[in-house]
Amino acid sequence: MTIEQHQHVTNVARDVVFNESDHSRPGEQVDTKTVGQVTVEAPVITARHVNVHYSEKHAIKDVSIDVARNSVIAFIGPSGCGKSTFLRCINRMNDTIPNAKVSGSIQLDGIDIYDRSQDIVQLRARVGMVFQKPNPFPKSIYENVAYGPRIHGLAGNRADLDEIVQTSLRKAGLWEEVKDRLDNPGTGLSGGQQQRLCIARAIAVDPEVILMDEPCSALDPIATAKVEDLIDELRENYAIVIVTHSMQQAARVSQRTAYFHLGDLIEVGPTEQIFTNPRHKLTEDYITGRFG
Amino acid sequence: MHSSTVVVVILLLASAAYQWAKSRSISLVGGTRGVRNLHSLPAYYGMYVALWCALPALALLGLWHLLGDRVVLQLVLAQMPTAFQQLPADQAGLLLNDIRNVVSGAVPMETARPEVVMAAHHWQTLSGQSNLAGGLLALCVAVLVGSLAVRSIKPDLRARNRVESAAEWALLACSGVAVLTTIGIVVSVLYEAIHFFHFVSPIDFLFGTTWSPQMAMRADQVGSSGAFGAVPLFTGTLLIASIALVVSVPIGLFSAIFLAEYAARGVRTVVKPLLEILAGIPTVVYGFFAAMTVGPLLRTVGESFGLTVASESALSAGLVMGVMIIPFVSSLADDMITAVPQSLRDGAYALGATRSETIRNVVLPAALPGIVGGVLLAASRAIGETMIVVMAAGLSANLTANPFEAVTTVTVQIATLLVGDSEFDSPKTLAAFALGLVLFLATLGLNIVALKVVRKYREQYD
Repeated sequence: MTIEQHQHVTNVARDVVFNESDHSRPGEQVDTKTVGQVTVEAPVITARHVNVHYSEKHAIKDVSIDVARNSVIAFIGPSGCGKSTFLRCINRMNDTIPNAKVSGSIQLDGIDIYDRSQDIVQLRARVGMVFQKPNPFPKSIYENVAYGPRIHGLAGNRADLDEIVQTSLRKAGLWEEVKDRLDNPGTGLSGGQQQRLCIARAIAVDPEVILMDEPCSALDPIATAKVEDLIDELRENYAIVIVTHSMQQAARVSQRTAYFHLGDLIEVGPTEQIFTNPRHKLTEDYITGRFG
Repeated sequence: MHSSTVVVVILLLASAAYQWAKSRSISLVGGTRGVRNLHSLPAYYGMYVALWCALPALALLGLWHLLGDRVVLQLVLAQMPTAFQQLPADQAGLLLNDIRNVVSGAVPMETARPEVVMAAHHWQTLSGQSNLAGGLLALCVAVLVGSLAVRSIKPDLRARNRVESAAEWALLACSGVAVLTTIGIVVSVLYEAIHFFHFVSPIDFLFGTTWSPQMAMRADQVGSSGAFGAVPLFTGTLLIASIALVVSVPIGLFSAIFLAEYAARGVRTVVKPLLEILAGIPTVVYGFFAAMTVGPLLRTVGESFGLTVASESALSAGLVMGVMIIPFVSSLADDMITAVPQSLRDGAYALGATRSETIRNVVLPAALPGIVGGVLLAASRAIGETMIVVMAAGLSANLTANPFEAVTTVTVQIATLLVGDSEFDSPKTLAAFALGLVLFLATLGLNIVALKVVRKYREQYD
């Protein structure tokens, strides 16, 4: 596999403190300007030298990062820094945007998802996504959750499907609230319930990775707390990538944190270290609220 | 004084009143700096006075013309010789027409009876006086009410609220026009239809299977027996409309899906207007296309398969009508599909749905109300279409379900019944109104059913 490399020089790059010893996974050296440990043991997703262009705009600049299994990684950074764009690369949602051009490699379990032979439908069944604004289908609660298993043929009969729907709703912490009204429209639920319904819908197809694009930005604090608890529980079974504007949220739910700035991945590290002892000036400025 | 002159003068007065009231409201509070002490903006005071100036005067003028004519008529009749005053109602009506004709100059004075000419002269003088008096009165009212309104301007006058409530009434009146027109049409059709049912029993009309709308002039006349069984007409309408819908709904829906979901932006901007041009072609052009091209073609093709196809057939009319109504389906469906939020599509794509699964399971159910609306619009166009059927499907009222035969439709029969000299005491003419009534009820029923369907199956987003 050839890797396209895009060299670039930005103001950001000049501030970078380069530390070779960080990239210490045996057998792999990652040529990157990112501060901190971008690699992990046995990653589920391996992104290398990813660049995204929207016609003229260079939205993601040479980003390399690993996503670990059974853990939550948070992408933080000021608006327009590319964190959502990078998230959407992981299940190729950028394919629907005309003029978006992605280069570099992203591997899911060692297989390049941008490879010609990769089927986008199968990829998205393995990498689920939850959006910023809850977007339940205008169907019943049951049908919302059953939709994914149906189109992928995961349930042989009605009983199997009922089982999947119930398990997914339970995992999403919504079962007790909706078990008596599964036939009611999903759009009739409250915002927080809708978002948990969308999470249930995503886990019903049994993905390996769940991408969350600011999942709590449209929710009130109580609903947010519920979703955050849920994310912590889901970590047992899934790898989760969450984009958030709330640094408290990143600190509460994630084990690793990545800081993006103007399309560059500035720093990656254990969440505790990023928030207590950031090593890059830009990260520190953002964390301490000097901008962003 | 001509009433249109009066109207123009009143409007000029109103615009002058507007300016006057506006500047007066400003001067009341001591110039532009004091405007914030006014309850409303100065323009509202202007509008308020202008409305008071124009509306009562115009209303009075209208009323004067409505009632004035009758008063003049009574005065003219009172002046005529007594012999004329005691005429029976129908002859009095004739006399009145004579007078009117002389007044309007349709009948030359020399040929009319002297009494009529006298009366006409009298009429002209009186109505001239009446117009003058009415016009002057209206102008007086405009000036008087306008100046009273200007006087009533005070800084705490709630001019904005009053102007806005006047605007609200105007809006209500506009929607009232549509409703009242509908009611008026229904009532007039209903009246004539009831008249018709005095001659022909509703049972015979609704369930009779022979349509031959003629009345005997003499007892021994050939074909003297009229038959008013409307069933062949309704089946004909149903047949042609169904063929049209079978053509237009799939083609329209699929082209809408293509345009909204698959087509590149450039293709869409070219193809969509082109499709909509179809709706702009006059139906008579479609009619001769159906009669000259499609009909003979179908007959030739049919013959080669050993089928007898009449050169005027339900099929050719239905096919061409179907093409005509494609844009009704495609345009509305396309708008509704485009209006489905991208977030719903993203949700489906993120679950690994393919494009076609997303369209079938998520987009189309959400766009259903618009799609049904488009189909309904197309259906009512198909049912109401007359010209194509006249030219391509013939006039013979066959009771058949065979699309290769000539049939006729309700609207075509209404048109033929009312063309030419028609007497309004003969069932032949009145049958048109009965047909119209049933057609109206049928389309109304169709609309109600469709509304129910949409309510039941619609998947509401947001």
